Amino acid sequence: MENIATTPKDEQRLAKFEEWVQSGEAIEPRDWMPEAYRKHLIRQISQHAHSEVIGMQPEGNWVTRAPSLRAKQILLAKIQDEGGHGLYLYSAAETLGITRDEMIEQLHAGKAKYSNIFNYPTLNWADIGAIGWLVDGAAIVNQVSLQRTSFAPYSRAMVRICKEESFHQRQGYEIMAKMMAGTEAQREMAQDAMNRWWWPSLMMFGPHDGDSPHSADAFRWKIKRQTNDELRQKFIDKTVPQAELIGLTVPDPDMKWNEEKQSYDHGRINWEEFYRVINGHGPCNKQRMDHHKKVHADGAWVREAAEAYRAKMK
Amino acid sequence: MTQQEALFKYLLRWGDNALILSHRLSEWCSYAPFIEEDLALTNFALDMIGRAQALLKYAGEVEGKGNTEDLLAYRRSERQYYNNLLMEQPNGDFGVTMVRQLFISAFEKDLFTELQNSRDTTLAAIAAKTLKEVRYHLEHAANWVIRLGNGTDESHERVQKAVNDLWMFTGELFEMDEVDRQLLSDGIAVDISRMQERWTGYINDVLQVATLQKPQDEFMQTGSRNGIHTEHLGHLLSEMQYLQRAYPDAQW
Repeated sequence: MENIATTPKDEQRLAKFEEWVQSGEAIEPRDWMPEAYRKHLIRQISQHAHSEVIGMQPEGNWVTRAPSLRAKQILLAKIQDEGGHGLYLYSAAETLGITRDEMIEQLHAGKAKYSNIFNYPTLNWADIGAIGWLVDGAAIVNQVSLQRTSFAPYSRAMVRICKEESFHQRQGYEIMAKMMAGTEAQREMAQDAMNRWWWPSLMMFGPHDGDSPHSADAFRWKIKRQTNDELRQKFIDKTVPQAELIGLTVPDPDMKWNEEKQSYDHGRINWEEFYRVINGHGPCNKQRMDHHKKVHADGAWVREAAEAYRAKMK
Repeated sequence: MTQQEALFKYLLRWGDNALILSHRLSEWCSYAPFIEEDLALTNFALDMIGRAQALLKYAGEVEGKGNTEDLLAYRRSERQYYNNLLMEQPNGDFGVTMVRQLFISAFEKDLFTELQNSRDTTLAAIAAKTLKEVRYHLEHAANWVIRLGNGTDESHERVQKAVNDLWMFTGELFEMDEVDRQLLSDGIAVDISRMQERWTGYINDVLQVATLQKPQDEFMQTGSRNGIHTEHLGHLLSEMQYLQRAYPDAQW
C-alpha cells in the first residue's frame, strides 16, 4: 500500500490528517495529504471533468437539428454549462498537482475514464430530453452528495454545478412532457428514448456496494458520503413518479412500490452490459474518443500559434 | 412595394444574417481547439439566436400573416432567405471562422450603431442591444486574426488563405436595393453603401497588425438580395429544418 507512512514524521502527519477528516473538516490544496488521497481525487475529479467534456458530444449531436429557436438556445446554453463544469473541475484537479494537458493525455491513452453513459448514442430529439431528465437527474443525486466531500475545491465546484444541473434536469423533463403531450410520433420517440436511457442511467451509480472497487478508502476519507445503492435508490424513487405523471412507462416489469420500505423495488441490472461498455465495447466508445483526439489534434496549430504569439509579445 | 413589404424584407435580411451565422457557429460545439474557445463560439451563437428571434418575430408581426419567428426560420426555402452569402460559408478551420467573424462583426458594428437611430423604435431597440454583443464579437475575432497572423508560419499561412478565400463575399455586405432606398427616405433604414470605406480602413488596419496581405482580386460575389445563394445554404437548411419539415403537425 503506497499510503503507508514510512517515517515517524509521516506517521504523525497521517494520523493528524485522518483525525482532521474524521472530525468533518475540509482539506484545502495547501494542506498535507497522503499520496493515496491525492491520487484518488485526481482520478475521480479528472474523470468527472472528462465526463462533462465528452458529454458535450452526444448532446452536440442534436444542436444543428434542434426543432425551434428556443430549443436550440436552451440546448446550446446547457452544453456550454457542461463545458464550464469541465473547466472548473480541471482547475480543481490542477490544485492537486496535475495539468490539464496531462489529464487529456491520460484520457487519450485510456488511463483516465469518463462516465460510461456517454458511450450511448442520441438517436432522436427525445434523447436530448432523456439526457437532461435521466442522466443529469442521476448526476445531481450523486453530486448533491458530493457537495459534502472532504476536498474543499471539489466540494465548492459541486455546489456551483448542482445549481446548473437542476436547471438541466427541468429542461430535459420539459422536453419529455411536451413530447408526451404531442403527436403519436412524438410520444413514440419519447418512449423509445426512455427505453434506451433508463437502464444505463441506473448503471451510472456504479456497481452494487459489494462490488465497488474504490469504496473503502473513499468512505474513510469522506470523499464519498453515500453508497452507490443508496444513491441509485434515491434516483429511482424520485424519477418513477415523474415518468408516470407524463405517461411514460419505465421499462422494468419488476419495478414495484414496496409499501414496507417506502420505496421502489427494481429488476436486475444488466451488469454484463455495464462491464462490456466500460471495457470499450459500447455503441460509441470508439467514436467519442476518436472525436476528442481528432479535435484536439486539429486544434493544435491554433494553440501553438497562441503560444508563439504570447512568447513574441513578452 | 408598400412600406410594410419593404420593412418585412429589411427585417428578414438582418434576421437571416443572425440566424444563419448562429447556425454555423453552433456547429463548432465540441469541435473547438480548446474548451474556452468552444464556450466563446457557443456564446456568440447564443447572442445571434437571440437577435434572430427578435428580428424574425418582429418581421412576422410586420408581415401580418401569422408567421412566428419559428415558422419563418424553419419553413422557408433557400430562395426565400436573404442573408448575405458570407454568413452561410462553411466554418473551415478556426482561422476561416475567425476571419469570417472579423469581416461580419466589423460591418455589423457600424450597421447597428446607425440602426440605433432608426425611426422604427423596435428596430432601434434591437440594434442597441445587439451593438453591445457585436463589439465583443469584433474584439475577439480581431484579436485572434492578429494572433494567428503573427503566430507560427502555419497559422500565418492558414489565416492568409482564409482572408483570400472569403474576400469575394465582402462586397455584397454593402449592396443596397430598392428596399433600402425606400426605407432610407423614411429614416428607417441606414445607408450601408457609405459604410464600406470605413470598413475597408478598419480591416486594412487589422490585416496590417496581423502581418497579412489584403487580396488584390476585386471580383465580388452577389445574389442574396434576390434570394440567390451559394450551394451551402441548402444543406444548412435541410439539417436545421429537418424536424419541423418531417413532423409539420408537432409542437416542440
